[in-house]
Amino acid sequence: MGDFAFDLAHLLSGLMVVVSMVLLYQDRLTAMLNVFAAHAMLLGAAVGWQAEVQGAGHLWITAGIAFVFKGIVIPAALHAMVRRLGIHREIETVVGVGPTLIAALALTALAVLVVMPATEYANPLAREDLAFALAVVLLGLLMMITRRNAVSQIVGFMSLENGLILAAAGAKGMPLVVEVSVAFSVLIAFIVFGVFVFRIRERFDTVDIGTLERYRGEQQDGA
Amino acid sequence: MTPLIAVLCVPSFAVAVLVLSADYRLSAGLNVAFSVASLAAAVWLLVSGPFVTELFLVDDFNIYLILLNAFIGCTTAIFSAAYIGHELETGRLTPRILGLYHAMYQAMMGAMVLALISNNIGLMWVGIEVATVSTVMMVGIYRTPQALEAAWKYFILGSVGIALAFLGTIFVYVAAEQQLGGGLASMAWTNLKASAATLDPGLLSLAFVFLLIGYGTKAGLVPLHAWLPDAHAEGPTPVSAVLSGLLLNVALYALLRFKIILAGNPATIPVGPVLIVMGLVSLIFAAVMLYRRVDIKRFFAYSSIEHMGIVAFAFGMGGPLANFAGLMHMTMHSLTKSAIFFAVGHIAQVTHSQRFADIRGLSVSHPGLAVAFAFGVLAIAGLPPFGVFVSEFLVVSSSFARQPLLAVPLAIGLLIGFGALIWRLQDVLFGTPNPAYAPRQASLLPVYVHMILVLVAGLWLPDPVRRWFETVAAQLG
Repeated sequence: MGDFAFDLAHLLSGLMVVVSMVLLYQDRLTAMLNVFAAHAMLLGAAVGWQAEVQGAGHLWITAGIAFVFKGIVIPAALHAMVRRLGIHREIETVVGVGPTLIAALALTALAVLVVMPATEYANPLAREDLAFALAVVLLGLLMMITRRNAVSQIVGFMSLENGLILAAAGAKGMPLVVEVSVAFSVLIAFIVFGVFVFRIRERFDTVDIGTLERYRGEQQDGA
Repeated sequence: MTPLIAVLCVPSFAVAVLVLSADYRLSAGLNVAFSVASLAAAVWLLVSGPFVTELFLVDDFNIYLILLNAFIGCTTAIFSAAYIGHELETGRLTPRILGLYHAMYQAMMGAMVLALISNNIGLMWVGIEVATVSTVMMVGIYRTPQALEAAWKYFILGSVGIALAFLGTIFVYVAAEQQLGGGLASMAWTNLKASAATLDPGLLSLAFVFLLIGYGTKAGLVPLHAWLPDAHAEGPTPVSAVLSGLLLNVALYALLRFKIILAGNPATIPVGPVLIVMGLVSLIFAAVMLYRRVDIKRFFAYSSIEHMGIVAFAFGMGGPLANFAGLMHMTMHSLTKSAIFFAVGHIAQVTHSQRFADIRGLSVSHPGLAVAFAFGVLAIAGLPPFGVFVSEFLVVSSSFARQPLLAVPLAIGLLIGFGALIWRLQDVLFGTPNPAYAPRQASLLPVYVHMILVLVAGLWLPDPVRRWFETVAAQLG
């Protein structure tokens, strides 16, 4: 594997971490969905490059799914949903942008510090890839924690899954079974999420998760 | 290979049929029939003996869980048929949504079998993922605000957990790929176990952290338990029974498979102490929380956290005796807790409430139900002569023999939980019943079948079963 192959793989997965950070400070739903589309397309490119470098034909399928399905179809569907629900206004966050980004930096550093020593003997390409992938996963988690809106939690979860696929693609020769299953699970996740969002809409006229918390069964019986 | 196909195809076929079935009586009947067929397939699998392929594995450890799953799946389907009929009469569910309910029930049973029978760690993950998604659908089925909140929370926490478990799986693969050369071979658990000593300990340890958080969330270990009480309380009661009785076990099973791999490599982090700490924290936390519960299903959900804590503690302790106790406790808890949830389902239906404050004097108004419920609660509280007593006694005594200091918090936790159970049992049984209570319609047979098994296991464990537990306990190390 040449230096160029290594550098480009590095660049693409590094860009994904950057876009994950960009996702964290979006304060409008439509903008956030556009950033997510970019995130998914970058994933498609990163996985495609891995397919080329590793000579693993089946990874092209994963790349295609990431690019077309998560980069185009899902953001378009979510855009439509946001329009239909009339919620393309600002997003309420739990934590301010400043502390969130500092936490994001800390998590990225943590990912690198944890993975690098543990993977000393692994293939260097997989090694860098895993560190970046872990960072993307942790940033996705952070996004889910700091948002109260159902659509942004969905996006947070999907960016987390993008990190998983990046990791799976970096692991050399990981069988196709798993990648297809992940892509499939995202599909299921999307359907379920969609069903939930619409049901939530029926009940509460909002997709703000904060509204749901008042309905915890335990609280109403005054324990 | 044929019984393997049967075990996996019966539930898949059932899902396809039940999705299309419109009549709820028919689909409830079909659900029972398919569950019986699954049980028959599981027995066939048991008779045909162990085998290993790259994708699937049947050994002593998983065959007993497959059989237990199929059995409880079967009794729960029988209970569910009566329960659902009542829910339709009271208008809480519509016939249209029941096709989905039954299809999801079979999907969950099939996914759990897939998770148990997989040799491939990726396939095992897929099984647990599908089981999670299908239970989410069932938990949210009442579509009340509380049910949606519970399902949403379960879904978010479950998905994040399962995502982290997948990351752990990838790390294990990366470690294996260096030694076994990639492909399906390096995802096969049997290969991983055989070459555990040569795998990179750093990667394995890192992988286990993610697997512990991921599958630990599904197993309901504190502090990853937040979804569990809500999901149990707001979903239909048959779902609570299978969640507590089966899904928690499957998640713990996945964790134990990885524990075996790590045990084969001395340079990795010690798994035992981690499980001991999480187990003790779960036990004591849940036992204390029992006193604050006012909802009967939430109460028993916390009791499930408590018992998963005991099981995790036992496996963390390790060694033949503690592992034996852990395996037995897993089985006894599954049988007893699902029986209790059957009884609780009947109680909630006759009293029209899940709140303890509204449930009084059942021994006067519904003596049969009160006796069945009392059997369940006394058993789960750990009183002799039931099987839970034997397994808890073994856990405590093995811990006294090995680490006497750890036995103290264990015993304290058990006693705290015992107090709460007896207190609430008195509340439910005695006092003046509300005249508005409805008569009980459904049969108590599934409750009694489970309780008789637990009683028999407490008095006399048949020799083949005992030897079986011993073999698996030795395998767990």
